[in-house]
Amino acid sequence: MNLELTERVIEVSNLKTYFYLDIGIVKAVDGVDFSVDRGKTLGIIGESGCGKSVTVHTIMRLIQSPPGKIVDGSIKLYRLKNNELEIVEITKLDPKGKEMRDIRGKEIGMVFQEPMTAFSPMYTIGDQIIEAILTHENIDKKEARERAIEFLRRVGIPRPERTIDTYPFQLSGGMRQRAMIAMALSCYPRLLIADEPTTAVDVTVQAQILDLLQELQEDMKLAIIFITHNLAVVSEIADDIAVMYLGKIVEFGKKEEIFSHPLHPYTVALFRSIPKVEGKLERLVPIYGNVPSSYQIPEGCSFHPRCENAIRGICNVTSPDLIDVGNGHKVRCLIYQKVEV
Amino acid sequence: MLNYIIRRLMIIIPELFLISVIAFVVIQLPPGDFLTTYIMRLQASGVEINQTIIETLTRQYGLDRPIYVQYFMWIKNIILNGNFGTSFSWNRPVIELIKERLSATLTISLLSLLFTWIVAFPVGIYSATHQYSPFDHIFTFLSFLGISMPGFLLALTAIWFLYKFTGHAVIGIFSLEFQNQPWSLAKLIDMLRNIWLPVIVVGMAGTAGLVRVIRAMMLDEIRKLYVTTARAKGLPEYKVLIKYPLRVAVSPTISTIGWLLPALVSGESVVGIVLNLQTIGPLLLTASLAQDMYLAGSIVLILGTLTVIGMFISDLLLAWLDPRVRYGAREGG
Repeated sequence: MNLELTERVIEVSNLKTYFYLDIGIVKAVDGVDFSVDRGKTLGIIGESGCGKSVTVHTIMRLIQSPPGKIVDGSIKLYRLKNNELEIVEITKLDPKGKEMRDIRGKEIGMVFQEPMTAFSPMYTIGDQIIEAILTHENIDKKEARERAIEFLRRVGIPRPERTIDTYPFQLSGGMRQRAMIAMALSCYPRLLIADEPTTAVDVTVQAQILDLLQELQEDMKLAIIFITHNLAVVSEIADDIAVMYLGKIVEFGKKEEIFSHPLHPYTVALFRSIPKVEGKLERLVPIYGNVPSSYQIPEGCSFHPRCENAIRGICNVTSPDLIDVGNGHKVRCLIYQKVEV
Repeated sequence: MLNYIIRRLMIIIPELFLISVIAFVVIQLPPGDFLTTYIMRLQASGVEINQTIIETLTRQYGLDRPIYVQYFMWIKNIILNGNFGTSFSWNRPVIELIKERLSATLTISLLSLLFTWIVAFPVGIYSATHQYSPFDHIFTFLSFLGISMPGFLLALTAIWFLYKFTGHAVIGIFSLEFQNQPWSLAKLIDMLRNIWLPVIVVGMAGTAGLVRVIRAMMLDEIRKLYVTTARAKGLPEYKVLIKYPLRVAVSPTISTIGWLLPALVSGESVVGIVLNLQTIGPLLLTASLAQDMYLAGSIVLILGTLTVIGMFISDLLLAWLDPRVRYGAREGG
C-alpha cells in the first residue's frame, strides 16, 4: 500500500448534512471535502452557524436524527486493525450501533468547547476517564486507573494521583480542559477532534492548551481537526486551513498560503476584521451585514450579499466551484473562475 | 460527609420544637379549654359538678398555670410516657387510635410510592427520549388526566367498574369475612386482592405529576454537553442515559420524599373515606370536624415529625447522590 495512504487518517468528500425542520431545510453542511494525515492539523474557521461544528459532529455521528440527516457524501476513516490498514465508511454505520461506538473514543477522541459542562458534575474526573478506557480496552479497573493517572500527568495536571479523585467543579477551567484532553486521548486515538477547545478559557490558558496539544500531537503522531473562529489560534496550530461559510468550504490551503495571500473576499474580510499586533494602526473593518438565515441561503454565491467585490448579474446567479489555483490552494469564488456569461 | 450529617441533624432540633408548638397551638385553638368540654360532657351524662371539683380538676391538669408551663407538661408527657392525651370523641387514648391505623397508612403510602416510581420513571424517560412521538402524546394526555381527576372520583368509578365486571366489591383493605381475623395466608391473599385499588388510586396523582417532572428534567439534561461527551466516549445509549442525565433527574424526586407522607395522608383522606380505609387520613378529618383537638393536634405532631425525618433522609440521599451538595458547590461553578 502506498505511503501516502497509510499516513491518511480521515477523508471527507462531498459531505452533506441537512436538518429537516418544520420551518424548512437547513443545509448545515453542504458539500464539504477535506482529508487529514497523521501528525497534521486541519484548522476549520468560520463564523458561528457556518457548519463547522456540525461537520465534526457528523464525523462522530453525534447528530440527532431526526431532524439531522446525512444526505450525501462519504467519510472514510483509515484505521489499523491487527496491524492491517482498514477503511471504514462512517456514513454507512448505525450511529447507535457497536461499530460506531467502537470508533468513538477509540479511533476518534473529541474535546469540547465548554470544559465547565463537558464533564458530568456527578462523578469524579477519574471515574469518567476510567470509564472511557474500560469501554474500549480489555484491562482491569486498576490498570485503567493507572493509565488515567498517567494521562493526567501527561497533560500537565499537578499531583494526578490526587486530582483523579476530585470532582470537575473542584478544578479550574484550564485544568478541566486538560483533563478533557487526557480523557479524549486515553485510548490512543489516531484522530483528535477539538471543537473550539480554547474559546471558553482565558488567553494564558489558551496558549498553554495549544502548546500541550502540539506536544501531544508530536508524541502520538495525532491527526487533529481543530475548530475555531479565532484566527490567532488557528495560525498557531494548523497546517492546513479550511475557511467555511454557510455550510461550504470557501477557501482551503496551507496555513502560510492562506495567511500570506488570502484569495476569497470572505477570508480577506475576516483578516481585516481582527486587530494586528505589528504594522501601522489601521481602522478595523467589520464584515458588512450578518450571516444570512440558514433557511434562505442566497442564490448564486452565498457570500455575494456581503461581498464588496460582488458582480451584479454574475455572483447572484452562478454558484462558484472550488477552484485549485495552484499549491493545493483552493478558492470558491467567481473572480478566480472563468465564467461564461 | 460526617460534617454535613451533623450540621443537618442540628437543624432537626429547632424544627421539631416549632412543630410541637404548632401542634400545641392547634390543640388550644378552639374556644374554651378541654376541661370546659370535659365538664360539659360530665354534666350531660348527669354528674353533679360543683366548684371544688372544677378547681381540683383545674389544678390536676395544670390549667391554672401559665400557658408555657402547660406546653412543657404536655410535651413532657409525650416524650417521657408516650402519652398524647385522650380523644374525646372516641374516649380512648390518642396513641392507641393512631397505632391502630399507622400500619395500614404506612403500607398504603409505601406501596403507592413504589407504584409511583415503577410507573413514572420508565414512562418519563421514554417520553423525554421520544419527545413528541405518538406515545409521548398519549402519556402526556394520560398524565394530565391523572393530575386533574379528583382521587375520590377515580375511586368511585373504579369500584363501580370492578363490581360490574368481576362482581368483586372493594370495601376496604380486607373483605368482610377477614376484617377481624388474625393474620393468616388467606388474609394476606385477601389483602392483596383489595389493596391494589387504593394503592393505585392514592398514587395516581403523584404518578402523573412525577411523569411530568421526570420528562422535563430529562429533556433538560439530555441536551447538556456532558451527555454528548458520554456518547463521544463510545458508551452505549442506555448507559449514557442511566448513568448521566437520569442521575441528575432523580434529584427532585428524592428531595420530595419528605413531603410525600403528609401529601399522601391529606390526599388520601377523601379517598380513604370512599374506599373505607382504616388509615390516618379519615381519622384526621373526623377529628377536625368533631373538634377532637388532642387527636387532631397529635396527628399534626406525628405527621410533622415524620416529615422532618423524611426530609432528613432525603437530604442524606441527595448528598450521597450529588457531590455538589456534599461539597457545597454551586451549579457549574
